[in-house]
Amino acid sequence: MKIRVIGAGVAGLTTAYEFARAGCAVELVDRAAGPGLGCSWFAGGMIAPWCEAESAEPLIVSYGIEALTYWTQDVPVATTQGSLVVAPARDRPDLIRFSRRTSHYEMLDGAAIAALEQDLTGRFESALFFAKEAHLDPRVAMAKLASLLAEQSDVTFRFNAEADALDDNADWTVDCRGFDARDRLADLRGVRGEMLVLKTQEIDLKRPVRLLHPRYPVYIVPRGDGRFMIGATMIESGQGGAVTARSVLELLSAVCTVHPAFGEAEIIEMGANVRPAFANNLPRLRLDGRMLFVNGLYRHGFLAAPALARRAAAVVLNGAYFPEIMDADPRERQSA
Amino acid sequence: MRDRPLSLYGVTLTSRLLAGTAQYPSPAILAAAVKAARTEVVTVSLRREAGGGRAGDSFWGLIRGLGVKVLPNTAGCRSVKEAVTTAQTAREVFGTTWVKLEVIGEDDTLQPDVFGLVEAAGILVRDGFSVFPYTTEDLVVAEKLLGAGCEVLMPWGAPIGSGRGLNNRFGLKALRAHFPNVPLIVDAGIGTPSHAAEAMELGYDAVLLNTAIAKAGDPVMMADAFARAIEAGRLAYLAGPMEPRDMAEPSTPTAGLPFGGAVRA
Repeated sequence: MKIRVIGAGVAGLTTAYEFARAGCAVELVDRAAGPGLGCSWFAGGMIAPWCEAESAEPLIVSYGIEALTYWTQDVPVATTQGSLVVAPARDRPDLIRFSRRTSHYEMLDGAAIAALEQDLTGRFESALFFAKEAHLDPRVAMAKLASLLAEQSDVTFRFNAEADALDDNADWTVDCRGFDARDRLADLRGVRGEMLVLKTQEIDLKRPVRLLHPRYPVYIVPRGDGRFMIGATMIESGQGGAVTARSVLELLSAVCTVHPAFGEAEIIEMGANVRPAFANNLPRLRLDGRMLFVNGLYRHGFLAAPALARRAAAVVLNGAYFPEIMDADPRERQSA
Repeated sequence: MRDRPLSLYGVTLTSRLLAGTAQYPSPAILAAAVKAARTEVVTVSLRREAGGGRAGDSFWGLIRGLGVKVLPNTAGCRSVKEAVTTAQTAREVFGTTWVKLEVIGEDDTLQPDVFGLVEAAGILVRDGFSVFPYTTEDLVVAEKLLGAGCEVLMPWGAPIGSGRGLNNRFGLKALRAHFPNVPLIVDAGIGTPSHAAEAMELGYDAVLLNTAIAKAGDPVMMADAFARAIEAGRLAYLAGPMEPRDMAEPSTPTAGLPFGGAVRA
């Protein structure tokens, strides 16, 4: 069976990999020059299912638990060092609220925080430690997926290519274009995110740190070589373009609360892009003839993509139906 | 006794709960919460959510789909100029002259810069806006805002997002007594339905809140709880609460009971 996957972000790459592993001929098409240059390029890469329970539905937690296995075994790029959630003393109610909404953590005092992250010594009196969570560098992860795909027997990459301009000789098309698919998915909306990458040798962190703040929540993901990804704003807007001064100000002032030495760091990158989301902020698989849309990954790209990719392959290859992420489709029910 | 409906700048409302639209887990939960709250007015931040009309169209579409009146706000503005410009943009984007005017004076407490507020209110009223000023419970400031042409006042209960309830009950009571005929809405600081009920029992006309619903464990259920509390508080105000007193007063007179009620069988 020949499958054409449009869009080579994390959704498209994981989906293509599932079909290729199942023995399909896969053609991966993207208008960009290489894999993962869209919204996924700017992702945080925290595989933190239990933390996400603070604001996400249980479905995201269970997909995230699948993702932990995927990114440590199937595509082994993640580091399992857990994640830390901290709040300044005055925002302690936010930490208590976070702890009430989540599970699988340990409440740490100042000494225990210092034992885990020496550079946070004396900075916070309490923290939540989610020991089983992991993090990855999205750019490394997508490069790894692309190389795993290239090793498969029947995979073709078509970069700098518009899917419309190619002959449609595929049995199925899987559309993983993210926010660009709004031309076909009227209920898709954009949620703008902005991020920074800072570089400093003065701070060493082994794991992602989330700072709770009523206005400017921020997370810091260590990327190695003294680089730290700082993310991410959440703005109800479908507009890409440059990072705004206000967002930089908010992200930087929050990050300096975690450690003042970030104030001396170099800003080596700033980026903004648009996350695709449906109204309930949950992903969806949507069928239209022999076309399957995989979309709405919202802020949960690397967390939800592996589970969605598996389900997308099961829908196409076995006629499976997943009511929690699919519309009630009478044709699909009849054939299932 | 039948309650007379709330009228804000000529718009008659049945619900006395005005809701914010920020910080919800998803637009779908926001929509369900607005429905459960039976609210007729939602406030929307232009700066963060609508993106100046260029973007945010889909979120704005979702808000429009709620079928309620939109009260754009100038949240996050720190100067008169910024607030006025944001209000003018909001008028274009949302097609309404209503604006919830916030001029923030201090970052830690997000308390209003009342001097800037009065100045911005005057500019906006002259420009044809219906201004809902987010203010403190200060009587003098309230006078100046009314003098600037505001027909509604929105004093805080406590700092935005703090959930501490009515910090200055005495001040809020005095404001109510001083302006018996001006619609007064407690805006900000409400944490629980009992806080909202308390504001309504004081005779406030309505309550505006956001975080207490959006950040609840179950926002939809909490929206329903607030709707009921606000209705209960309003009924209690109209019914006329009893006066508290220092000593016990038995609800059943004891004088006529055998042995004066002192001996139990």
